[in-house]
Amino acid sequence: MIALRRLMRENARQYGMLMALVVIVVLFEILTGGLLLRPLNVTNLIMQNSYVLILAIGMMMVIITGHIDLSVGSIVAFVGATSAVMLTGWGLPTLVVVPLALLMGALIGAWQGFWIAYVRIPAFIVTLAGMLIFRGATMIVLGGESIGPLPDSLRALGSGYVPDIVDAPVHVLTLVLGVAAAAVLVWTQSRSRARSLRHGLGTSSARVFALKQAALVAVVLTFAFVLAVHRGIPVVGLLLLALIVVFSFVMNATTMGRHVYAVGGNEKAAMLSGVKTKETTFWVFVTMGALSALAGLVFMARLNAATPRAGTMFELDAIAAAFIGGASAAGGVGTVIGAVVGALVMGVMNNGMSLIGLGVDWQQGIKGLVLLAAVAFDIYNKNRVGTRRRKNRAQHTAPDSGEPVPAQEKGRAPAM
Amino acid sequence: MTDHILRMSAITKEFPGVMALADVDLEVERGEIHALMGENGAGKSTLMKVLSGVYPHGSYTGDILVDDKVCAFDGIKDSEAAGIVIIHQELALIPQLSIAENIFLGNERARRGVIDWGRTTGEATELLARVGLDADPSMPVAALGVGGQQLVEIAKALSKRVRLLILDEPTSALNARDSDTLLALLDGLREHGITSILISHKLEEITRVADSITILRDGRTIETLRTDSGEVTEDRIIRGMVGRDLDHRFPEREGDIGEVRFRVSGWTVDHPTQSGRRVVEDVGLEVRRGEIVGIAGLMGAGRTEFAMSLFGRSYGRYVSGRVHRDDQELRIRDVGDAIAAGIAYVPEDRKELGLILDDDIRRNTTLAALGKVSRRRVIDPGQEVVLAEESRRRLGVKSRDVFQAAADLSGGNQQKVVLGKWVFTDPELLILDEPTRGIDVGAKYEIYLIIRRLAAQGRSVLLISSELPELLGMCDRIYVMNRGRITGQLPRESAAQEPLMRLMTTASTPRRDAP
Repeated sequence: MIALRRLMRENARQYGMLMALVVIVVLFEILTGGLLLRPLNVTNLIMQNSYVLILAIGMMMVIITGHIDLSVGSIVAFVGATSAVMLTGWGLPTLVVVPLALLMGALIGAWQGFWIAYVRIPAFIVTLAGMLIFRGATMIVLGGESIGPLPDSLRALGSGYVPDIVDAPVHVLTLVLGVAAAAVLVWTQSRSRARSLRHGLGTSSARVFALKQAALVAVVLTFAFVLAVHRGIPVVGLLLLALIVVFSFVMNATTMGRHVYAVGGNEKAAMLSGVKTKETTFWVFVTMGALSALAGLVFMARLNAATPRAGTMFELDAIAAAFIGGASAAGGVGTVIGAVVGALVMGVMNNGMSLIGLGVDWQQGIKGLVLLAAVAFDIYNKNRVGTRRRKNRAQHTAPDSGEPVPAQEKGRAPAM
Repeated sequence: MTDHILRMSAITKEFPGVMALADVDLEVERGEIHALMGENGAGKSTLMKVLSGVYPHGSYTGDILVDDKVCAFDGIKDSEAAGIVIIHQELALIPQLSIAENIFLGNERARRGVIDWGRTTGEATELLARVGLDADPSMPVAALGVGGQQLVEIAKALSKRVRLLILDEPTSALNARDSDTLLALLDGLREHGITSILISHKLEEITRVADSITILRDGRTIETLRTDSGEVTEDRIIRGMVGRDLDHRFPEREGDIGEVRFRVSGWTVDHPTQSGRRVVEDVGLEVRRGEIVGIAGLMGAGRTEFAMSLFGRSYGRYVSGRVHRDDQELRIRDVGDAIAAGIAYVPEDRKELGLILDDDIRRNTTLAALGKVSRRRVIDPGQEVVLAEESRRRLGVKSRDVFQAAADLSGGNQQKVVLGKWVFTDPELLILDEPTRGIDVGAKYEIYLIIRRLAAQGRSVLLISSELPELLGMCDRIYVMNRGRITGQLPRESAAQEPLMRLMTTASTPRRDAP
């Protein structure tokens, strides 16, 4: 019981937004009379929010390094426009255009990263300039008109489904994927728990752990089932899953990810620890550029057209998602999963408010208040944890300030 | 009966865990230049902050009497109203604003919020004439040199009808000519009845201009000397500043000193932004295997700048210099190269430069050597935790586990984490910059033990410290730096506080060659 309370208290920050998401989902499920979680609508939710989710993952990395990117919406539009010209005007195949588009996004990111990392112009200014430059470039490329329709091969990226392996009333592959995902999750968590136990580190009790795993499996399987009942997992859903796994892995488990956190947490200390801070910042912006390009392709595919106003305000959705998901404006803090949760909070609210027929005017205002409330909650919580920790510290350091510690006692494990 | 403008009696100021001032007395006569001297950390700045109201009435005990009336200042505004103005070492001017705007900042010559430019410029011109600065008051302050800016600060103080002017190390950033101008100005102000308190480390200056000298040591008043009595010599002042015993506050040295491992020669570095300002000049030194070598010097002597520029050119603009390890020249262009060459630098400011406070002990410990816990750039989380835990135990960091955030540790434990981080890189040369600053006595001893153990393992240690007892207690050899140069070196046997202090404070001693 004490362990559970401690777990809840210490992870209030991480789980707070997840709980908020659950509350929002339940609320709109009731308000919409069960419409929200209907299989068709769940699939819609993923597709509607896919590009914001992609952008939010990249934006989280940018914010972790302590910067901001205002240009992603314009890059979405610009990459969409040029890709549309390549596809319809020049008749290039989709398989050539997609890599070219991603490369273009990466180059745009490199351009901005150069000014930010090496010339040290604040990212706010560089990307504000980028926002204007690439919006203008989009209009030049499109000549002020939309291009469409697009080839089916590209449209699959935005609105296609992964084909099933067998012919059945439910989508079998989706169920198989769901079971596999649940198994992998449980396996990795058990492994990390076993490792902690082996090294004699504190872990949650077996019962709490089992409870957590059961809840996790239930959520994953339900989700897979809901998708399977409709038309299976959308192509973009699979893409998102891959991005979340890859970026979580990079940020959590690689030296590259560690460097990103270090640069955002304390750039000077990172530099003095041998982290190549400029290179790290530069590559984060290159990645953000490539992800913006990907979001541009997905958005264009879904719309079946490239338009001059595409991607307007996307940057703000992505930034809001990252902050709702627990990023800190000071940098150094945040997780990929947090960005996903944040984007889903925004997405479910958009969708739910539309379903109950709330006007765009009210939607905007309510979303703004939610953003403010989320960050205020976060800061309040952080301060509360801070005071509690300070109190603990006063007790902890008491034995530290007395007599010099005799040499033979140095090796013993601290009594804490 | 002498006429005292200021009497501070029995001032005691305590910070959590540290007694900064204990029963300090200070009496300043009207119209004199009163010098306040003491080592770094002796309590000079704290005392002046008490006087100027930065630490408000009630946060200390004891009385402040101005013109024999007890005063209770709640902030700088109050002390300024009483005619007391403090000029800090870091000037409080806004570079983009004009000289006149700076002089009247917060005290504008205005009518109903609209600035009266005629009066502003007129009075500024007058004040500039009084301090002897020949400059256009509409010129931005940034266009002046440091000496000129110092004079603007004094003009600003004069505009507040100052009667007691406090200057905290006013000449530390000035060249000889600007220093002379400033000191002459203080002399002139004395004629106009303005009393000055001068905090300085420069003995030669003090003996020249001061009428009396109060010496602080370890937060206590040691004595007040009057220069007209004739008994005040530089030796006398130094004895007052350092006169304390070296008790058993340092662990015994162990292990042997081997051959020369690192040799630095001709190391010269310029200021990163002010072109042509030499910060480190022609520094050469060597460190042997298993040897702890100290670098003594006052603040601003260029010790940190030297160490950081050596550590992968992380400070300033490299001009020239070579580093050899075992007679092989090292090519060090960035911090990564320095770490690869076996050099570690434990910075002075652990919060700003040493730690990522939001991160836990584990991540801080491994950051500088992630290669040791990863394969193909993928971190092995189990190995990371085990090695971080091992490092935590070895250094005696008191914490719940390695997942505790660095921000939640005490100063001493934070310092141990930073030390652990650099020991984790397995360095051949450890540069420690003020490793025990702001740490309580018990934790200090533990840090000394760690340093001893590292040296006994055959590592070379460069120890930068402003505490002379620490250098004398820990080092096998001590170099002294002053104004960017090495002014001498003393072996353990002949090192004592007086000769060190002399080398640290003398204006310009020609560089002695290493024996």
